[in-house]
Amino acid sequence: MTTDNVLIRVDGLQKSFGKVDVLKGVNAEIKKGDVMVVIGPSGSGKSTFLRCLNRLEEPTGGHIFFNGVDITDKRVNINLHRQKMGMVFQQFNLFPHMTVLRNMTIGPMKLLGKSKQEAEEKAMQLLQRVGLADRADAYPSQLSGGQKQRIAIVRALCMDPEVLLFDEPTSALDPEMVGEVLEVMKELAKEGMTMVVVTHEMGFAKEVGTDIVFIDEGIIIEEAPPEEFFKNPKNPRLRDFLSKVL
Amino acid sequence: MKEWFLEQKEQFILNFIEDDRWEFLVQGFFNTILLTILSAVIGVVLGILVAAVRTTYDNNYETFKKNGGFGFYLMAVINWICKLYLTVIRGTPVVVQLLIMYFIVFATSDNGIMVATIAFGINSGAYVAEIFRGGIMSIDKGQLEAGRSIGFNYVQTMIFIILPQTIKNTLPTLLNEFIALLKETSVAGYVGIMDLTKAGNNIRNQTYSAFMPLIAIALVYLVLVVVLTWLVGKLERRLRKSDH
Repeated sequence: MTTDNVLIRVDGLQKSFGKVDVLKGVNAEIKKGDVMVVIGPSGSGKSTFLRCLNRLEEPTGGHIFFNGVDITDKRVNINLHRQKMGMVFQQFNLFPHMTVLRNMTIGPMKLLGKSKQEAEEKAMQLLQRVGLADRADAYPSQLSGGQKQRIAIVRALCMDPEVLLFDEPTSALDPEMVGEVLEVMKELAKEGMTMVVVTHEMGFAKEVGTDIVFIDEGIIIEEAPPEEFFKNPKNPRLRDFLSKVL
Repeated sequence: MKEWFLEQKEQFILNFIEDDRWEFLVQGFFNTILLTILSAVIGVVLGILVAAVRTTYDNNYETFKKNGGFGFYLMAVINWICKLYLTVIRGTPVVVQLLIMYFIVFATSDNGIMVATIAFGINSGAYVAEIFRGGIMSIDKGQLEAGRSIGFNYVQTMIFIILPQTIKNTLPTLLNEFIALLKETSVAGYVGIMDLTKAGNNIRNQTYSAFMPLIAIALVYLVLVVVLTWLVGKLERRLRKSDH
């Protein structure tokens, strides 16, 4: 059915909100180590596509296979699969009533059965990597946007996910803070982390993406490796879009 | 001036010292406290349950519907019962509810304190439920999504992420409800309980003097509310240490 290499396979994915069809049959394949960058005009359904991958949005049709398991099957325990699919949000969504360290350790401790010491050790290592070890005891309200998003990324990493989903991770940031977040994401990609990134950062897509996807009006219109995608766009709607954003 | 003082002293002795009338106030004081604490506990437990049902139903309507079957209908029925409870309790006066409990539902019981506790608890639960529901709904949807995306199920997300934030945010409104509850117990006299109000009124009946006993119980209520407010204020400051 699938090769071992495919981590996520999306098959005819549909999503409607009431009478509005947002996704009209999306097919995609994400291999291990891929960095799929999803771009498209606002309202095109790209965020919905991403949020369907871990069923934060309940798909109305089609199938999503994660490690070969159809996670759209209602008998599947989606919570177990979500542990392996980290997510980073536009609005960070750190837990404001917990310290940075607690934000990062609550998942591993409650869900993976790690001891407090184990979880904190791993969290501190990750904080060190993103240069925020000194903020471990701070509360989210004491952090800048860029710091919050870096914490959100390492919070997701604490669960040892097989894939990270990014939903416009830099869109809510002040311009001078975008760089520090993209830097962390580039590092991760270099280390072979599988990522699906919805973004408007074309520079990031060109540099880091292995597979660029253009979604418009609920379907994938074009999909290609970055060189081809940006140098030689075939679809007129994509050409129009790129001429506006580049 | 001296005469006025002497008269007040006489009044004081008549109302509180003579025949050990102060004992009414002591008994009333403890009954009022007992009624308030016990019914607040019932109210909070009921309120959490009802708010949990209502928000779970609203938040997961699509999932319930998709999974369908018995679970969906069960949730729909429980949700409907909760809505009915809120409507009836908030739509009728607490005195009427107390009388119905005492003279109809528990007609065979002569334990007034127990019946009144249940009546006030059920009444308070309806208001507490709506306070909690409002508090839960006021938490950004992203918090629920972040919790779920880590792999927590709905209940875990509620317990670890949403409710701790809700309690902090709802504390002032909750305090308001407890203050209202404390003062509402003053109708307990309708079913023969010697609460603080009834105690003051008893003294007035015996001495035919209104000023001293009524002002005295008013002051006791006031002091109770001030102390309660101070305690909750302290708690609130402790919980607020995460926002700067």
